[in-house]
Amino acid sequence: MSRILESRPHYHFRPYNVGRWILWGLFALVLLLAPRLWTSSFSHTMLSQMGIAIIVCLSYNVLLGQGGMLSFGHAVYSGLGSFLAIHALNAVSAGKLALPVSLVPLAGGLAGLTFAALLGYVSTKKAGTTFAMITLGIGELVWSMSLMLPEFFGGEGGITGNRVAGTPFLGITFGPQVQVYYLIAAYCFVSTAALFALTRTPLGRMLNAVRDNPERVEFIGYSTQQVRYLAFMVSGFFAGIGGGLAALNFEIVTGEVVGAARSGAYLLFVFLGGATFFIGPIIGAVLMVIALVLLSELTQAWLLYLGLVFLFMVMYAPGGIASLIMMNLRLAAFGKLRGLWTSYLALAATACTILAGAGAMLEMTYHLQLNAALGPEMKFMGATLNTQGFDSWFGAAFVLATGIALFEVTRREFMREWGTIQEEIEKEIKRREAL
Amino acid sequence: MDQLLINVLNGVSAGLLLFMLSSGLTLIFSMMGVLNFAHASVYMLGAYFGYALTSLVGFWGALVLAPLAVGALGALFERTALRRVHKFGHVPELLVTFGVSYVILELVKLIWGLSSLPVAPPVQLQGAAFTIIQSVQGEGSGLSLAWGAVPAARCAGSGEAIVHCSTFPATRMFMMAVALVMLVALWLLLTHTRIGLVIRAALTRPEMVEALGHNVPRVFMLVFGSGCALAALAGVVGGMTFVTEPSMAAIVGSIIFVVVVVGGMGSLAGAFVGSLLIGLLQTLPLTVDKSLVHAAAALGWRIAPGDIAYPLAKITLAQAAPILPYLLLVLILILRPKGLLGTRED
Repeated sequence: MSRILESRPHYHFRPYNVGRWILWGLFALVLLLAPRLWTSSFSHTMLSQMGIAIIVCLSYNVLLGQGGMLSFGHAVYSGLGSFLAIHALNAVSAGKLALPVSLVPLAGGLAGLTFAALLGYVSTKKAGTTFAMITLGIGELVWSMSLMLPEFFGGEGGITGNRVAGTPFLGITFGPQVQVYYLIAAYCFVSTAALFALTRTPLGRMLNAVRDNPERVEFIGYSTQQVRYLAFMVSGFFAGIGGGLAALNFEIVTGEVVGAARSGAYLLFVFLGGATFFIGPIIGAVLMVIALVLLSELTQAWLLYLGLVFLFMVMYAPGGIASLIMMNLRLAAFGKLRGLWTSYLALAATACTILAGAGAMLEMTYHLQLNAALGPEMKFMGATLNTQGFDSWFGAAFVLATGIALFEVTRREFMREWGTIQEEIEKEIKRREAL
Repeated sequence: MDQLLINVLNGVSAGLLLFMLSSGLTLIFSMMGVLNFAHASVYMLGAYFGYALTSLVGFWGALVLAPLAVGALGALFERTALRRVHKFGHVPELLVTFGVSYVILELVKLIWGLSSLPVAPPVQLQGAAFTIIQSVQGEGSGLSLAWGAVPAARCAGSGEAIVHCSTFPATRMFMMAVALVMLVALWLLLTHTRIGLVIRAALTRPEMVEALGHNVPRVFMLVFGSGCALAALAGVVGGMTFVTEPSMAAIVGSIIFVVVVVGGMGSLAGAFVGSLLIGLLQTLPLTVDKSLVHAAAALGWRIAPGDIAYPLAKITLAQAAPILPYLLLVLILILRPKGLLGTRED
């Protein structure tokens, strides 16, 4: 060890990573300015939910992306954080607890940490598939408990609170949504920075090693179980903070926040965003709120679309949206993106054709199944379709078939171009190395 | 006594249904390392296919055709989707099946609607399989068993005799029979046939088996398809015995994973023991209306409604029945992490 230290040069120079500072500055700026850009109260609630979702999804990615631990019960920790936070908030309201409201999410975080320490001890005994099943079982356990203990979980109606409690600090009462948003934004920024810093610590690096080659990690003398356990607790802490913020934001916590559907949604969207990149869960979180709030209003079949998109993503782009962005950034860095945009345009157009055809057929089936009482006519993308007429079904099927055929043609062309460009980039890299 | 017997039988039949599901899951897992998250959804699909086919070919035809159809779909899924993500590792494989479970659930809701379907068992399986008659006093006291339903007169008792009759439904009896036949067939197939030999060899040494000239990917496809067919068979029987509705996948979904972990990952015998254990654990406590408060009272402690522990202690065993399997899971993981009959330490 000492020899390594001696061999290190005495001067130490490392340039500022300008790109990183710009990125973090931009992130802070977006968090600051977003409610100025979208000023309606509806968008403020959505932005608040996005901030919360970002924290929880990032905490989930400590497990999935960085530790290779597929958890089906992450909502347990965010949800229990929510419950403890709302109980703390009610204690503050009742004057039993001297805690500023802005620190109530930390109570949620502590709850998440405690439960992660407790339940994580059992879950992290195993890795891989068994870990996934244990988290699923523990998720079910807590969900069933929430129905059995109405004293703590509030039964069907849940537990309500009032975030305007205690003495206001500098005139901040947390009554208006904007004030809650900025609290969430502050927590979101700090948590994101902390979780990014975690990836640079020895623990973060060991976690990656445990994901990639647990056998070798054991061989050098680390306990993989301990590394997983520590990561699980970190993840639980930040999930609890997210849950605590959610309690402040909605002022009501119901049993469904610990449910399997919520856990599934975290998994789905973190993966869609991209688990292999730090930015992936952030993209996933934004998509999650958009999907849960807007898409579910737009169509009843949204879960089916979501499932299909997820399926295709796992099969064709297992790195998620973030990996797609990164691949194109690489292309742009080598100045090759310009040659591809016509193919992208063609791909997008044919994909939209498929979507229109398949969407029309699915929506018509849903209409027949659920809204038959409203008559056979329905509106789809501005057109009126007769769900019992042969022509609208035939039209939709025709559009779908054309879309698939054209998409396949353009996809082949695109794959060919993509291959040549990748080869050119490889050559370019080799040429630069030779210089 | 008679009621207890019926309860045990109910528990065993529920356990055997779980075994029909967990055996397919275990087979697929031990063979391919893939945890089929959509296994319960396949079970549901089997029930719905069974319903749809019953109206075309009758129940007995559906009992054969629905598993075949679902098994073919499963093989197709393995061929097109699962084999594609196989190179990415086990987590993407699990995720693909997770995505499929969403899609199957939504498609089932889309095609058959949200409410439960009116599935009636065939004429042969309606009514009771046998009746347990217990007479307490008078002559002929004790337990006796009669096939089918018994006339009301015999249950009414005569004179001072008090007679209890408990019936066991024929559908559950049928479920047990199907599960046992399946168990024996599976065992014979794996141990006494050539294909079983290849399957068992491919389980541990896939490269070697491939080198000997067997098509291992096709064996994988076959195993996945048969696993799905077994789940669908359970679905046809379970859908007829219980309810056919979109939530039936969620009801058994997480339980079969508990069974597989408790029994030991990848062990067929473990899956059998685990299924029976969980089946009994889910059924028997339902009749016990006692809580920790009662237990404490028997020991001389008194837990009053104002105490801190009261909300937790007042839950009766019947109320706590849904969480018992999960508690067992946690206990097993602490005391015997490889499962009851498991051999894998990972």
